[in-house]
Amino acid sequence: MKHIRNFSIIAHIDHGKSTLADRLIQAAGLVDAREFRDQILDTLDLERERGITIKSNTVTLPYTAPDGRRYALNLIDTPGHVDFSYEVSRALASCEGVLLLVDASQGVEAQTLANLYAAMEHDLVVVPVINKIDLPSADVDRVKEEIENELALDADHAVLCSAKEGIGIDDVFQAVVERIPPPRGDSEAPLAALVFDAQYDSFRGAVVACRVFDGRIRTGDRIRMLSNGAVYKVEEVGVFRLKREPRPVLEAGEVGYIIAGIKTVSDVRIGDTITLDDRPTARPLPGFRAVKPVVFSSIYPVSSDDYASLQDALEKYKLNDAALVYQKDSSAALGQGFRCGFLGLLHLEIVQERLEREYDQSIIMTIPSVQYRFTLESGETVTVENPQYYPDPASIKATEEPYIRASILCPERFMGAVMKLCTERRGENPRFSVPGPGRVEIVFDMPLAEVIYDFYDRLKTVTQGYGSFDYEMIGYRPSDLVKLDILVNGEKVDALSLIVHRDRARPWAVQVCDRLKEEIPRHQFKIAIQGAVGGKIIARSTISPFRKDVTAKCYGGDITRKRKLLEKQKKGKKRMKMVGSVSIPQSAFVAVLKTDKE
Amino acid sequence: MGRLPKEPGLYVHVPFCRGKCAYCGFYSVSDWRAMSAWGEALLREADLYRDRFHRFDTLYVGGGTPSVLPLEDLRKILSGLRERFSFAEDAEVTLEVNPEDVTRDSAFFWREEGISRVSVGVQALDDACLKTLGRRHTSRRALEALETLRRAGFANLSVDLMWGLPDQSLSGWLETLGAILAYSPEHCSCYELTLEEGTPLTAMVKAGRLQLPDEETACEFFERTSDFLKSRGYIHYEISNFARSEALVSRHNMKYWRHGPYLGLGPAAHSFDGRRRWANVSSVREYGQNLSDGRAPLDFLEELTPGQLRLETLLLGFRMHEGVPVAAVGQEETPNAALSRAVAEGLLELRDGTVVPTRKGWLVADSLPLLFSP
Ligand SMILES: Nc1nc2c(ncn2[C@@H]2O[C@H](COP(=O)(O)OP(=O)(O)OP(=O)(O)O)[C@@H](O)[C@H]2O)c(=O)[nH]1
Ligand code: SF4
Ligand SMILES: [Mg+2]
Repeated sequence: MKHIRNFSIIAHIDHGKSTLADRLIQAAGLVDAREFRDQILDTLDLERERGITIKSNTVTLPYTAPDGRRYALNLIDTPGHVDFSYEVSRALASCEGVLLLVDASQGVEAQTLANLYAAMEHDLVVVPVINKIDLPSADVDRVKEEIENELALDADHAVLCSAKEGIGIDDVFQAVVERIPPPRGDSEAPLAALVFDAQYDSFRGAVVACRVFDGRIRTGDRIRMLSNGAVYKVEEVGVFRLKREPRPVLEAGEVGYIIAGIKTVSDVRIGDTITLDDRPTARPLPGFRAVKPVVFSSIYPVSSDDYASLQDALEKYKLNDAALVYQKDSSAALGQGFRCGFLGLLHLEIVQERLEREYDQSIIMTIPSVQYRFTLESGETVTVENPQYYPDPASIKATEEPYIRASILCPERFMGAVMKLCTERRGENPRFSVPGPGRVEIVFDMPLAEVIYDFYDRLKTVTQGYGSFDYEMIGYRPSDLVKLDILVNGEKVDALSLIVHRDRARPWAVQVCDRLKEEIPRHQFKIAIQGAVGGKIIARSTISPFRKDVTAKCYGGDITRKRKLLEKQKKGKKRMKMVGSVSIPQSAFVAVLKTDKE
Repeated sequence: MGRLPKEPGLYVHVPFCRGKCAYCGFYSVSDWRAMSAWGEALLREADLYRDRFHRFDTLYVGGGTPSVLPLEDLRKILSGLRERFSFAEDAEVTLEVNPEDVTRDSAFFWREEGISRVSVGVQALDDACLKTLGRRHTSRRALEALETLRRAGFANLSVDLMWGLPDQSLSGWLETLGAILAYSPEHCSCYELTLEEGTPLTAMVKAGRLQLPDEETACEFFERTSDFLKSRGYIHYEISNFARSEALVSRHNMKYWRHGPYLGLGPAAHSFDGRRRWANVSSVREYGQNLSDGRAPLDFLEELTPGQLRLETLLLGFRMHEGVPVAAVGQEETPNAALSRAVAEGLLELRDGTVVPTRKGWLVADSLPLLFSP
């Protein structure tokens, strides 16, 4: 165990974690030149397309120190984006130390700090690493100062490297083995293994990633899930070396995987402790704090028949994304579905895409919402994130919504445009600082609801791609909220309802009415689309009927052709959502969410 | 196979024309070398159905252009059919003709051969327009043909006309109708020009060289045509068809719309026996080949499910002024709501236990059945 090191690489987004992991993997000879590709641990298609890490990923590296000692280094590459911070915090629970990467040119940023705090919470040894020293704009001295001042870490011992150029990699290895302590734990004690991630394999069932704290686990062992007592026989244990590599045993201090033919997905709980059935541990491991979603949206299958399939997919998906929370939901327009909570908009987007790509689900997502707070006349306080549960307006005494401190970093020439955007989005209390020549940091207090929809896209547009955006929650503030309903021929489309600030209700309603007008095909009758608050119509659009579609001739040969066409149209109609007698295509629900491209 | 439910109709497809009209999507060829082989094959095909079809009460010789058949060939075919099948005493026997083929002799011959109804492809009475359409006759020739047929003693004439033509004005169209009514045809088919995929006319419209009326104008054409012919005593009994009296409707075509049985002989012909529908190959050569090998020249055969039959009942029924029995739309909960809605929207009406399309409904007849799909 002395020769094991468990560590994560943590940093702000894009500071080079995955690239550093690449160098370490290559130096360990885990992959030959032919098989290598950049950010090799970013295995999801989405990670590769977007160039960001979404999932933490573990890899066990063999390392021989200059003194000849051999080590097994369990490295966990983590995501830097705030929406995936739950991935980081879980990775940290199986480590004794971290490499805290700081970009030599960008310096300390929001997630540097947030991730450092997380590491400190776990009592981990923090090794600061300054990366990208090859950049012409690298300013190692300034960054060292920031590390001292903002992070209160000893910068004298920061490791300097360039992951891209492969500079300083030996120093990184050395720091890992010398400064990060080996794991403690007792291989002879009863098994206690922490489940920190999992993945569903359709042939082998759940593949459970765990850190063994005490005891050992072998093929053939009967394991017990402490949370619910489910017992399974171990089929395989092993370590991650880009691929799964079976081992005869996993011992205290090690990180690896367990396969035990677990097809009942709900038996696997991230944060659970696995022990042996015949010799259970008396002490469950602490597990993880519950996730606190900030953005909510409902997911419905495009075709109601696919509800069961969606449920199954969500269950399996959640194994691999513990940050997703969901429960049953239903809508008159869209049928049965799930109300989901996400850690942010990017998280929402990723869940949507992964469900579609990896699980082959066709889904409709409703307009994202935040969690609002209502004080009722009775004195009771309720939180509501689903417009369906909007309290009776007569019973509402006060309304509040969550606020964020938004900070936007951009070249100073865009300051005006950014100020305008933030003010439009109900930003308050603007202030700014000049962190470097030509750059400004603009800070606003803003309702979270204003950024969850298309704020980031708009910011990119107004700053021509140069603006970066970060936020932290700063609590609830009084607000003037209303519930906006969308009606199609007088029938409420519940899936399009929205809780919204009174001032924003009309522009939103107008936009939805226009979008729906574009997306709903003409019917044989006129369709009225309305946005309403309470009983009051605040926006409307009309789809005029088509007047004529009849073809002149229908004789012997035309009948089969006509019937087939109708059958095809019927099928298409089945995929549409019926609101009264109006068929609304899936695309309409999607279009409502699309950002404005001005 | 058991007896057929109603007396079936017989259709004969003559796949020959003098040339190809610019808008035509029917199967026909202008190479006549295979004509006599086709005639022999046709009777061979009739042989295949002698056991299953015995008696017809309509015969419709269509095409193509049946009037291009040499009179001897036509006689052979008609007598060949009469040898193989029996026909009702008062059977409706229709021949489709093009004006350029109508002469005193041919008209007289057709009468002699027992043709009781002639359908004349006039299409338009504007020579420039006829040219654009690729027709091979003038308006004068068309009117002469009507005259000649009357003189030969035909008491049941039908005229085919088209509206919605390039550059056609509503008033021009109504004038054409008026000119035709001077001959008091017993029956009129007024078809909106339909753009068929792959025809020269469609290509010209796509290229923007010809312009067709927009939706509003087309609706107006449809409505004014109906008004005009009704004011002149015609019954508007199907989307594109008008008859002087209920007795003068096309009995043969009604079989299609009422889901009755019919046997179609000849290349590209379709047949229906109440449950199954089949179609012949669209090639004179393959048609002949199959038959000389003793095989039915089938392109496809389908057995309709009850659901498909029901859908067809609606799609056909909503084309007729007689509509469909309310039972055909109103068995389940959804259709009932849909029916109320369609009535409220003025697309359908209830009349004596039948659901009939309004004129507004007729204009959207192609999608009316979708209102009743669960
Ligand atoms: N010049 C230079 N570029 C680097 C270096 N390390 C990483 N990069 C580049 O920085 C970008 C981001 O690198 P990644 O390794 O994906 O960053 P990351 O921290 O894993 O990002 P996330 O996982 O999304 O948080 C890539 O374009 C890398 O090529 C370095 O040492 N020097
Ligand atoms: S005469 Fe009739 S079948 Fe022949 S090409 Fe013209 S429209 Fe078509
Ligand atoms: Mg990464």
